[in-house]
Amino acid sequence: MVTSAFTTTAPMDTPPAASSTPTTRAPLVPAARPPAAGGTRTIIDIENLDFYYGQKQALFDINLKLDDKRVTAFIGPSGCGKSTLLRCFNRMNDLIDDTSIKRGSIKINGIDISRHDVDPIELRKRIGMVFQKSNPFPKSIYENITYGLRIQGIKSKARLDEVVEKSLRGAALWDEVKDRLYESGLSLSGGQQQRLCIARAIAVEPEIILMDEPCSALDPIATAKVEELIHELKNRYTIIIVTHSMQQAARCSDKTAFFYMGKLIEYADTRTIFMNPANSQTEAYVSGRFG
Amino acid sequence: MKRFFDAELETFRSHLILMGERSMDQVRSSLKALVEGDISLADQVIAADDVIDRLEIEIDDEAIRYMNLRAPIATELRLVIVGMKASHDLERVGDEATNIARRAVRLAGEPQLKPYVDIPRMADIALEMLRDALDCFLNGDARKAVAVVQRDAEVDAINKQLYRELTSFMVERPETISRALELMFISKSIERIADHATNIAEEMVFLFQAKDIRHSEEFKKPGTTVS
Repeated sequence: MVTSAFTTTAPMDTPPAASSTPTTRAPLVPAARPPAAGGTRTIIDIENLDFYYGQKQALFDINLKLDDKRVTAFIGPSGCGKSTLLRCFNRMNDLIDDTSIKRGSIKINGIDISRHDVDPIELRKRIGMVFQKSNPFPKSIYENITYGLRIQGIKSKARLDEVVEKSLRGAALWDEVKDRLYESGLSLSGGQQQRLCIARAIAVEPEIILMDEPCSALDPIATAKVEELIHELKNRYTIIIVTHSMQQAARCSDKTAFFYMGKLIEYADTRTIFMNPANSQTEAYVSGRFG
Repeated sequence: MKRFFDAELETFRSHLILMGERSMDQVRSSLKALVEGDISLADQVIAADDVIDRLEIEIDDEAIRYMNLRAPIATELRLVIVGMKASHDLERVGDEATNIARRAVRLAGEPQLKPYVDIPRMADIALEMLRDALDCFLNGDARKAVAVVQRDAEVDAINKQLYRELTSFMVERPETISRALELMFISKSIERIADHATNIAEEMVFLFQAKDIRHSEEFKKPGTTVS
């Protein structure tokens, strides 16, 4: 088990202890709280979030609590802010110039991830991401999986072998690639590459996996395999998926959030969103009348 | 390729089969209660109707959920639609069994009007139709389903014959009116059960062949079948 900054035992919402060296960052997030009896635990808590690209506001007063070990789908027309919000969770927006959260907070396991002492690199170790276009490194399948672990300093061949098999099995790819682990990751089909990226994400045992339209470039069979995988992974990971496919959101997710023009319009159980949405804009969108 | 929600369809199918078995049991028991004058058995039939009603609600809920979340197409779509319709038919079969049981209770306290021959015979045919229609669901045999549709005329004919016979009783012996009316209604219930079996059989043809044979005189003719 990789030692996780997300699994330290510091109490909730307490400032990190002073570090012995100025360069050492404080633990990011304390131990996960057990879920309330009969319910699910909130892992990501977004409060009053306003996000800007320069002077242009992209997210308006977002309030949202995402459940641990569940699949949440973000849906909405292009430009509605769903990918922007997704990228806030692992501070990927930090990589874009002149972006800022001007109000509100995002707490993961109770810790505000915008805090100055939260290391975005450490954060991204704990929050895996899978993109629209599969992006394996131009390295072997084996090296793709072990890359994150090597960066963490793990060198034991036995340990790396174990993680490779476990991750590839976890991503339902092992049987297809076990005899060609040292071939380039780029030699795989599109669907296999996407599952390789998922395997790479889960190799470092994150708590959360963000998926930004993971199937939009895949054929129906490859899509079905990834959806099958999402279903299997949700027992161990919290998954947030941005998708333009209503069927995919309906099939894969437990809860669905609908965004429109930077605002969260409706958030509910997926069955409710697709059967009896409370908001007329949600209904119009999920039934294909706009967007 | 197996999908993670395939199990939902299996549950849906098995609930439908269970509902079919329960409905047939109810019809059998209601007839037995009538013929043997068994009030206790009739009461059991009346009490057990609730189980069938709940199964109908459950099947509807599963079907709606599947259509809502799984976007079924082709055979799956037909299965879900047909399943909902068949469960409604089976629920009505359960209601007719309950009606028969209620009338069996009333008749048990009075002398038998005539030996029960035609009603059990009619019920046997209706039950066979129901069983065959449900067998079609299990084995996908659309030809057998068409044969069920064609048997409906047999039950209709016995019902009409009983109607005439019981009318004569009432005209000749007015003291038999209440018993004769109960038997007429029972006969009508069995005729309705056969109608529901016919509906289910037609639904099976739609399920397996995507062909709508409802209200088609062609398929009611003996010997006609689907390709």
